[in-house]
Amino acid sequence: MTGNGFTATGGVNRAESMPGTIDTSSDARHQAAFLSLHDVRKTYPGVVALDGFSIEIRPGEVIGLVGENGAGKSTLMKILGGVAAPDRGLIRIDGVDHDRLTVENSLQSGIAFVHQELNLFENLDVAANIFLGREPLRGGPLKLVDRAKLREMVLPLLKRVGANFTADTPVSELSLAQQQMVEIAKALSIKARLVILDEPTSSLPLAETEKLLGVIKGLKAEGISVIFISHRLHEVESVADRVIVLRDGMLAGTLASDAINHDQMVKLMIGRALKARTNTSEREAGAVALSAKGIRTAAYPHRTVDLDVLHGEILGLAGLVGSGRTEFARVVFGIDRSLGGELYLDGKRVLLSSSADAVANGIFLVPEDRKLAGILLDFAVAQNISLPNLSAHSANSIISTASENTTAEAQKSNLGIKAPSVKTRVGTLSGGNQQKVVLAKWLAMKPRIMIFDEPTRGIDIGAKAEIYRLMQALADTGVAVLMISSDMEEVIGVSDRVAVMHEGQISGILAKDQLDQENVLLLAVGKSAR
Amino acid sequence: MNKKDIGLLILIVVVGAVVATINPRFLLPINLANTSNLIGLFGILSIGQAFVIITGGIELSVGSLIALLGVLFIDLIANHGMPWPLAFMLILVLGGIIGLAHGWLITRLKLQPFVVTLCGLLIYRGIARFYTADGTAGFAFGQNFPTLEFLTAGRTYGIPNSFIALLIIMGVTWVVLHRSVFGRYLYAIGKNEEAARYSGIRTGRMVMAAYVICGVLTALSAIYFAMYTRSISPASHGNFYELYAIAAAVLGGFSLRGGEGSIVGVILGTILLQELQNLVNLLGIPSSLNFAVMGGVILIGVLVDQQWDVFRAKRRLNRATHSAPSI
Repeated sequence: MTGNGFTATGGVNRAESMPGTIDTSSDARHQAAFLSLHDVRKTYPGVVALDGFSIEIRPGEVIGLVGENGAGKSTLMKILGGVAAPDRGLIRIDGVDHDRLTVENSLQSGIAFVHQELNLFENLDVAANIFLGREPLRGGPLKLVDRAKLREMVLPLLKRVGANFTADTPVSELSLAQQQMVEIAKALSIKARLVILDEPTSSLPLAETEKLLGVIKGLKAEGISVIFISHRLHEVESVADRVIVLRDGMLAGTLASDAINHDQMVKLMIGRALKARTNTSEREAGAVALSAKGIRTAAYPHRTVDLDVLHGEILGLAGLVGSGRTEFARVVFGIDRSLGGELYLDGKRVLLSSSADAVANGIFLVPEDRKLAGILLDFAVAQNISLPNLSAHSANSIISTASENTTAEAQKSNLGIKAPSVKTRVGTLSGGNQQKVVLAKWLAMKPRIMIFDEPTRGIDIGAKAEIYRLMQALADTGVAVLMISSDMEEVIGVSDRVAVMHEGQISGILAKDQLDQENVLLLAVGKSAR
Repeated sequence: MNKKDIGLLILIVVVGAVVATINPRFLLPINLANTSNLIGLFGILSIGQAFVIITGGIELSVGSLIALLGVLFIDLIANHGMPWPLAFMLILVLGGIIGLAHGWLITRLKLQPFVVTLCGLLIYRGIARFYTADGTAGFAFGQNFPTLEFLTAGRTYGIPNSFIALLIIMGVTWVVLHRSVFGRYLYAIGKNEEAARYSGIRTGRMVMAAYVICGVLTALSAIYFAMYTRSISPASHGNFYELYAIAAAVLGGFSLRGGEGSIVGVILGTILLQELQNLVNLLGIPSSLNFAVMGGVILIGVLVDQQWDVFRAKRRLNRATHSAPSI
């Protein structure tokens, strides 16, 4: 079974199998790993999501897993959860080798997940959620739920996670941290040996975070292993026995307990020297186009955003997923009402009560979720492009199809939209071409402020380059471009300046000469730039 | 006309031919006139329903509104001496206001269309019955409104004026729905409200407008129905008429999820439904089976339509896999 020369126990072999390991002893190391991955590789079309990755997990060990957006964390989770099959590599559980795990394998091996988006039924109570689908039943043809037994089974679990709520509380009445405890109790109920927490603290207030970290320590004391995925490095620092850093789908390094510190983690997360800036433009930014003063959004009602976007610049808006960037963009585009604050357009205050107001003011948005918000898949290319500007294509509010088609043809050749005709349904086009249709609908009008929310997510490299070129061209003509992006290379390569958001506010603005990955990352996790 | 409309038209002709062969009375002018009168009455309210269904909504209070507005209209002109043109306008405005209220509850207070209009169904029926103390609203002996009667229940060259009214409304709404900016917005909202909003469309207002149009057309058909029956017992008048409208739309190729359907489609649906009613009468099928026949035909129609789509998708897939170059 170990014919490949790979052993599951610690020591020299482990160091060999993990290049870059900074290994010192920890108490967990005396026990054999019950789960290990060896040389796992997973690719998606056009992307290597995980490559040559190995890890061993021993009982009672808390492993911190850090890395930028897109470093391969979710791929790793999917492989462990049995949702994705690795292209190559080996998964060994209790000495049994698997090429891939199924969801059943994963469950039976005691791997439990607590996702960032909790999977609880808010309308059911705590006990029902924990044993959903596995309720103890009374005999008889009706298969009634044995409520007394259910309670009996739930109480010790709640005690173990230190719950301060009862088993019959509806989940809708629990705080987020309490809901996470329910998830953890659920994990315990399936006799989990490994609990994977994905960004559990990202939306928790401090006191609740402390409580959750306490629960993690409790799990550890019971001999249950934990993988703790977080962008909050100080929490990782405080709770992890070992930190694994992922970068571009590869293991960037492992930090043993005494080597875990903030700077080391950031250094490993960045690692590579980034490609040179693709934005070599020498254009001078003009006056302030859009000024946000004290804008508050529903995501972080107690934080305010202050931000100026200049004419003729591309302002990158970086930050971690969930830092409130999209919510800010939605307010500027009039989709959501702000909870407070003011917006100024070329120095004049504007009140946006709907997206129609924003469009009338020349504020356009290319949304993050193309299929949900960007385009109408069942509409033709021409109909999508004309939609925000139908008044220009109609006389006495009767639409002129000819006028629509002429504009669409012009945009089609201008942007190089690859479609058989402008009458083609947008749903049949590729992602990159769909995104160009979204762009075309705004470029056919006169933009003053263009907001891009993750403009190149899920599109191929060729289309990416063209979209960057278009953004530069827009800025060259004096349009203020605000680009929200979680792609570090994009943020640094395309922007003239970068504002970084952290938990609902701007944590810093980097000018051209300060623009590097480390500074962006430091600001994104709430530290100050160097 | 798209392929679905042509299919429906063929079905209407075939059913008509079969009925005419079995019972030649089907083609008598009197029968055709009666049927086209009913097509006119139901067609007007079905077009109203169509506007709402396009947005992905539904309007269930149509039947109750027909009773309430009909009772009010007759009461105003028969008992209160209001000039009928004024009463006519008043009822249309009232229908519009009720539609606006529904639209407001749905778009601003985010209530579900089904719930809002279901409550409307109960409320308006209750008010109609209360208003007449469960009695029958009608005209006194000898009361005449020649112009109104001509416009609503009269005929021109043997064609019922209600049917002519439907043709005019069809023409206007066809332009509105299929050629105007507003119509395009409604389809966009029905297909993907979020994307419509992200294109700078005031989706709330547009949806409200659709309910207003539905309310006005329902009010118009309420007047036509009132003048057709000339007496209204508010407990039963207009019962299930919303379902006739929804059925006509579904038969005509509308998706209840919104964004799909056409004026021609909903009219063809209405024609088929009335033809079926007529069939039940003419072929001596017990009239108690009326609804069962309608339900059965709609079910079969929708099934055939859906299976046809599945078949076409499969064929397309087959063709694509066969024509794809082998790697």
